[in-house]
Amino acid sequence: MSEYRLQTPLTDEDVMKLRAGDVVLLSGLIYSARDAAHKKIVEALDRGEAPPFPLEGAAIYYVGPAPAPPGRPIGSAGPTTSYRMDAYAPRLHRLGVKATIGKGRRNEEVKQALKDCKAVYFGATGGAGALLSQRIEKSRVIAFEELGPEAVRAMKVTDFPLLVVNDAFGGELYVKPNLDLGA
Amino acid sequence: MRELDASVVIKAVEAMCIKANTELGDDVRKKFEDGLRLETSAAAREILRQLLENADLAMQTKLPLCQDTGLAVFFVELGEGLRIRGGGLVEAINQGMRQGYEKGYLRKSSCDPLSRKNTGDNSPAVVHLELVPGDGLKIAFMAKGGGSENMSRVTMLAPAQGWEGIKAFVLRRVAEAGPNPCPPVILGLGVGGTFELAPKLAKKALLRRLDDTHPDPKVAAMEAELLEEVNRLGIGPMGMGGLTTCLGVKIAFAPCHIASLPLAVNVQCHSSRHEEVVL
Ligand code: SF4
Repeated sequence: MSEYRLQTPLTDEDVMKLRAGDVVLLSGLIYSARDAAHKKIVEALDRGEAPPFPLEGAAIYYVGPAPAPPGRPIGSAGPTTSYRMDAYAPRLHRLGVKATIGKGRRNEEVKQALKDCKAVYFGATGGAGALLSQRIEKSRVIAFEELGPEAVRAMKVTDFPLLVVNDAFGGELYVKPNLDLGA
Repeated sequence: MRELDASVVIKAVEAMCIKANTELGDDVRKKFEDGLRLETSAAAREILRQLLENADLAMQTKLPLCQDTGLAVFFVELGEGLRIRGGGLVEAINQGMRQGYEKGYLRKSSCDPLSRKNTGDNSPAVVHLELVPGDGLKIAFMAKGGGSENMSRVTMLAPAQGWEGIKAFVLRRVAEAGPNPCPPVILGLGVGGTFELAPKLAKKALLRRLDDTHPDPKVAAMEAELLEEVNRLGIGPMGMGGLTTCLGVKIAFAPCHIASLPLAVNVQCHSSRHEEVVL
C-alpha cells in the first residue's frame, strides 16, 4: 500500500502507478455530478454539444453537497453510492475522464472501462461529509443550477483523502463477504 | 383535555433536526472506538479514525455529519387526552422540519419519484402517528439516508423457515449490499405483522440505543447471535475488510397471520442520526 499526492488533470502515468489499496491525496479541480447531472451531460453529448467541463484528465466526484453555511465554500460533502452512475461511466472514461470518486461497488462494464481507458475508481469515506468538506477550498456551480444539490460544481480541493478501490489492472479493494452468494 | 401550542412542536422539531444531524450519538461514537481497538488492517483503521474525526468536526463546525441529511422520518406517540392548539400536529411537524433543514444548512433530498423534481424544502416528512393513553406527546426523529435505505428489503418468508430462515435472509442481504450502505451498518428487523407493518417495526427498532439490551432475554440473545454472525462476514468499514461490519442488531416482533412470516430488514448506516423529545 503506497501513498501518492496527485494533481488534476490526471494523466495515464498517474493512473498506471496506482494499485487497489493505495492512499491518494488529490489536489486541484474536481467536478461534482450525480445521476441527474450525468443524464444531462450524456444528453448534451448526444446533441453534439460540449460537456460542462473538460473531460480530458477529469476526476468526477459523485456528491450532492449540503448547502454552504455563511463563511464556508460548501457544506458537508461526502460521496454518494456509485452504482447509480455505472450506466454513464464507461462512455465518460472513453472520452477522457481519468477518475471517479464515490462509494460502493461498480459493475463489470465500469471495471472493464477502467482497464481499457487507463482510469481509476477512488473511494472516499461515506458519511464523513463534514471532514471531507474541510478539504474543499472553493466550489462554484458551473452547470444545471436547477438541480439544486445535484448541480455540477467545480471544486478546488487540497489533499482530498482517497483510497484506490478499482485500479486500471483489474485490482479491487472491496472484500468478498464470507458467504456463498451463488452465481 | 390538555392543550399544547403548535408552536412548541415546531420549535422542538426544528431543534431536533439540527441536533441529530450534527451531533453523533455517544453510543455510536463508542462503537467506533471499540472498532478501532479491534481492527488491524490499515484501511479499516483509517476509516474509523476518519469517522471519529468527522464527528468531532461536525460538532465544532455545526456542519452535518453526512451531506445526505436524509428524508425526515418521525415516530409520534400522541396521548388521547392531548389537543394541539393553533394548527394541526402533522403540519407543525412539517413546519419544524422545514425550518430545521433550512436553518441548519441541511440538504433537501425529497423529490418527485418520476420527474425527480426536488420539493425544495425536504417535505413532506414521513410521519408515523400512534395514539396512546394519557395526555403526553413523544416525537422521535430520524434522518434516513438514501444509500442505506436503498439496501433495505421486505420479504414474506414461509413460516417453516423460522429463525434460521430469518438469519439466512439477513446475512445474504448484508453480504449483497457490501460496501454500498456505508458499513459499519446497524440493522433494524421487523418480524411478523403484515406486509406494511414489518418495515415500520424495523425502522422503529433503529431508534433504540446501540448499547441497550432488549428487555426480553430471548430476543436479546437473538440480537447478539445475529450481530456476531453478521460481523463474521468480514465486510468491514466501508467494505474494505475487517471485523466491524455491524454495530448493532435491533429486532421488533409482532404477531402475524398463520400463513405468513413477514420480515423487513431496514439497513441503517453508521451515520445513525436520531433524537427524541417528550412535550
Ligand atoms: S448511507 Fe448514510 S453515511 Fe452513507 S452517504 Fe448515505 S446517509 Fe451518509
